[in-house]
Amino acid sequence: MPEKVGKHKSDQKLIGTNMRKIEGLAKSTGRAVYTDDVTFPGMLHGKILRSPLPHARIVSIDVSRAEALEGVHGVITGKDMPVTYGIIPWTPDEYPLCVDRVRYIGDGVAAVAAVDEDTALQALDLIDVEYEELPAFFDPRDSAAADGSTPYVHDAKKEGWNGNITKIVQLEFGEVDEGIERADVVVEGDYFFEGTTHTPIEPHCAIGQWDGVGKLTVWSATQVPHYLHRELARVLEVDQANVRVLQPLVGGAFGGKSEPFDLEFCVAKLAMNTGRPVKILYTREEVFYAHRGRHPFHMHYRTGATADGMLTSVDAKILLDGGAYASFGLVTTYYSGQLLCAPYDMPAYRFDSTRVYTNKPACGPKRGHGSVQPRFAFEVQIDKLAEQTSLDPMEFRRRNFIGRNTRTVNEMRITSNGFLECLSAVEGASGWEDKFRKMPFGRGIGVAGSTYISGTNYPIYPNDMPQSAVQMQIDRSGRVAVFSGASEIGQGCDSVVAYIAAEELGVPLEWVRVMRGDTDFTPVDLGAYSSRVTFMLGNAAIDAATKLRCKVQEAVAGHWEVAPDEVLLAGGLAVWSEDTSRQIPIAEAFNIAEAQFGALGATGSYNTPKDVHGKYRGGTIGASPAYSFTAHVAEVDVDVETGVVEVVKIWVAHDCGRALNPILVEGQMEGSAYMGFGEALMEEQVYKDADHGRAGLHNAPSLLDYRIPTSLDTPELEALIVESMDPEGPYGAKEAGEGPLHPSIPAIANAIYDAIGVRMDRLPFTAPNVWRGIEAAREAGHLAKPAGPDADPPRNERPGDVGSAN
Amino acid sequence: MTTTTEIVRLKVNGDVHEVGVPTHFTLLESLRYVIRLTGSKQGCDKGDCGACTVILDGEPTLACLTPVWEAEDREVVTVEGLAGPEGPHPLQDEFDLNGAAQCGFCTPGILCSAAVLLDRNPAASRSEIQEALAGNLCRCTGYAKIYDAVEAAGVRLSASGSPAGGYGRSATESGAVPDESKSEAPNA
Repeated sequence: MPEKVGKHKSDQKLIGTNMRKIEGLAKSTGRAVYTDDVTFPGMLHGKILRSPLPHARIVSIDVSRAEALEGVHGVITGKDMPVTYGIIPWTPDEYPLCVDRVRYIGDGVAAVAAVDEDTALQALDLIDVEYEELPAFFDPRDSAAADGSTPYVHDAKKEGWNGNITKIVQLEFGEVDEGIERADVVVEGDYFFEGTTHTPIEPHCAIGQWDGVGKLTVWSATQVPHYLHRELARVLEVDQANVRVLQPLVGGAFGGKSEPFDLEFCVAKLAMNTGRPVKILYTREEVFYAHRGRHPFHMHYRTGATADGMLTSVDAKILLDGGAYASFGLVTTYYSGQLLCAPYDMPAYRFDSTRVYTNKPACGPKRGHGSVQPRFAFEVQIDKLAEQTSLDPMEFRRRNFIGRNTRTVNEMRITSNGFLECLSAVEGASGWEDKFRKMPFGRGIGVAGSTYISGTNYPIYPNDMPQSAVQMQIDRSGRVAVFSGASEIGQGCDSVVAYIAAEELGVPLEWVRVMRGDTDFTPVDLGAYSSRVTFMLGNAAIDAATKLRCKVQEAVAGHWEVAPDEVLLAGGLAVWSEDTSRQIPIAEAFNIAEAQFGALGATGSYNTPKDVHGKYRGGTIGASPAYSFTAHVAEVDVDVETGVVEVVKIWVAHDCGRALNPILVEGQMEGSAYMGFGEALMEEQVYKDADHGRAGLHNAPSLLDYRIPTSLDTPELEALIVESMDPEGPYGAKEAGEGPLHPSIPAIANAIYDAIGVRMDRLPFTAPNVWRGIEAAREAGHLAKPAGPDADPPRNERPGDVGSAN
Repeated sequence: MTTTTEIVRLKVNGDVHEVGVPTHFTLLESLRYVIRLTGSKQGCDKGDCGACTVILDGEPTLACLTPVWEAEDREVVTVEGLAGPEGPHPLQDEFDLNGAAQCGFCTPGILCSAAVLLDRNPAASRSEIQEALAGNLCRCTGYAKIYDAVEAAGVRLSASGSPAGGYGRSATESGAVPDESKSEAPNA
């Protein structure tokens, strides 16, 4: 990498080593403060009344009995906040509380603030709501086919669309039909990805405070304080400058806290109405209804390849079940197609994706937003193509590798790319060659690959300002203070800025303080979503820190009468590179610099390059400054008598660009693979039908019935870090928090096929679902280990594409 | 709202608290909202997630399912009570060193379950650790780093020469705190 003034240090001492997190001991000793740990004298407790019907008109709401209850200080309904909001500026279709219509069981209709939780709950029972029930939509196929004979879920968004449609995206690149025609092998299949939800262990929580004359303060377990800040100001009609959002530590999010929720508006409005601080803490049941999790996808794929295993064309049609509101759905609809175009070279690609509303809790972004579902289908398609071309699926993937420093068929710019190294890592570690198609019936192994963005190239609302910024100041004591607006949700972003400050300024890590999570005092970072934080915040932190470092180097160099680049800052010292016996404590170096320049502070920021995508409509969505790459191998045991699948182990290789702190990167890889495993085998966000209770009621809104993997369920996970040294990432880093989820699911599906010859094209792979597949195969007489690929196919290593970008 | 409040005598982390508590409160509500020890977390309030796990008379116990009066005059240890005056419990230190706490919300409960396990058997095997933590859901880590941390803490507790690990004592007392700077790598 070219060295230039202001560029980060080329020889790093801390970056790349295992380090503690700056809040790690606070978390393990119980000192860490989360939103529900915050309390105020005189604080009231709020509760939200929720609709018992999936689709209904609100005829009337009478809150008089609730208001009359002793201990109740405030009651609000939709009429108190009649402004629509939505995380995507083009699709604001939600009210903080419903005004005239409820659209799913659990939609909020009124909220109370009372002296304690019991009183608030009692007050909810005293609110009288009269509903006129409407026919409801539960199956997205019914929503799509609706003719208007019953009310749509929303008003039509566009002329010619029915009111159940959120978004339609149809994009085509290259000669798709011609590619299918010239293919020697075409695989066509239907896939279904069931919805799943995030289930962070911390429920959503918010506190509102109003100073009586114009300033609104909201504490929230959010992963997007900046967007919350903007929406609070808009909906509550308070100047943005008078809204302050504080974000205590967040107890997990995974995309489930990445847009405003009703409780944040309600605590704010109730605080404004009562003059008292108000807290609302969701129950676990409410978290399940708040949802915004993975969309159920109905997918149809047609994929062609030549006889020697080169992809010719990919054709996809996808129906997304969006639930009752738009949420991020516009983006999800694009992502369902746009993020599939690597790591394999597709000469031609078409997708036709439609997102529809249904009368169920809204779907939104969950870890691997919009691309986990198509990746499942596509990697199974690849496995089928490999089999039909008699190629080892590892080899099939290798042959179609897109390369680095290239463009995808949909014109996204790819820079660093360590996918081949990822494949080799899982192939070697898993003992693939001795296992694939060679283990006894019932035992199988499967592979899958994927790619993901390191941040979305454009902010959610159009603007030219930086995506991330930090402010840094150095103190006479040697201490460094960093002001960061990034959202610490457990991934370690507060630590990342501290690592960078310590690295660049040569101070011990314990001397770095991070002031965080307060929109009054920290510069804007757009939030913890789209795997953007390390890449963007990291670059902003390097920008600020190098500005300060250069000043310290210049001042000390002047003092010593040497060249500035001969002054090294490291290990708590300033040292002359030509004679290391010449050194002073770093605090003394800071004093020399302060004497010369005055008080020392710097801001740093990062914005994305704008030439990384195609010029077509939608070409910006899915564009990222860098892409991560992943390969998984999963090994399974399938019991053909019961359908029970045990995942024995998952090997996870991930190209994170550069591991700034390897132990945190491994943690993201293991956590991602775990979450994908849970979706593959256990998890279903589903709703009852009229035959099994009340239609639209969540089937299992508890952590007992919505099963997520325990320590006994989770397979052994082995994380294999691959570093491709991205040319634009901070010290070469890319994302690690979402990419490594994707291949878990198709790798397990492909392993089940290797074990028993049964294709699992529908999620989840629960025992009943697998057993049905086994029975069908048994009846058809092909329940058996599939045949192996041709012996010793020629391996295409493409050595020119292998290796890091250095 | 008529709520009956009674005085309850709670012994938490060695301190005696005589506090007025609504009689329907759980131990978790009393700890968090009355005594203001907020380390123990509420993740589900139904006994499903384990984030509220505390140690009651030496047993890992779901505080959200324990009526407060059931804890009266018994020994309660919470995450705040695992550390001693001289520093964190080896488990707490190893959780930090091994990246075992990501969001950290399940961590207090997991630490209480693990502290009881290591108190009984500092040399617990990985499968014994998995059994001991089966009631504590973690949504971030995939558990791998948690096992590493518990094993490393077990080694330190064993090296301390004490027949059992114990809790409410400091890492320094166990004599096994590594001397290196806090920023250095674990197992380096």
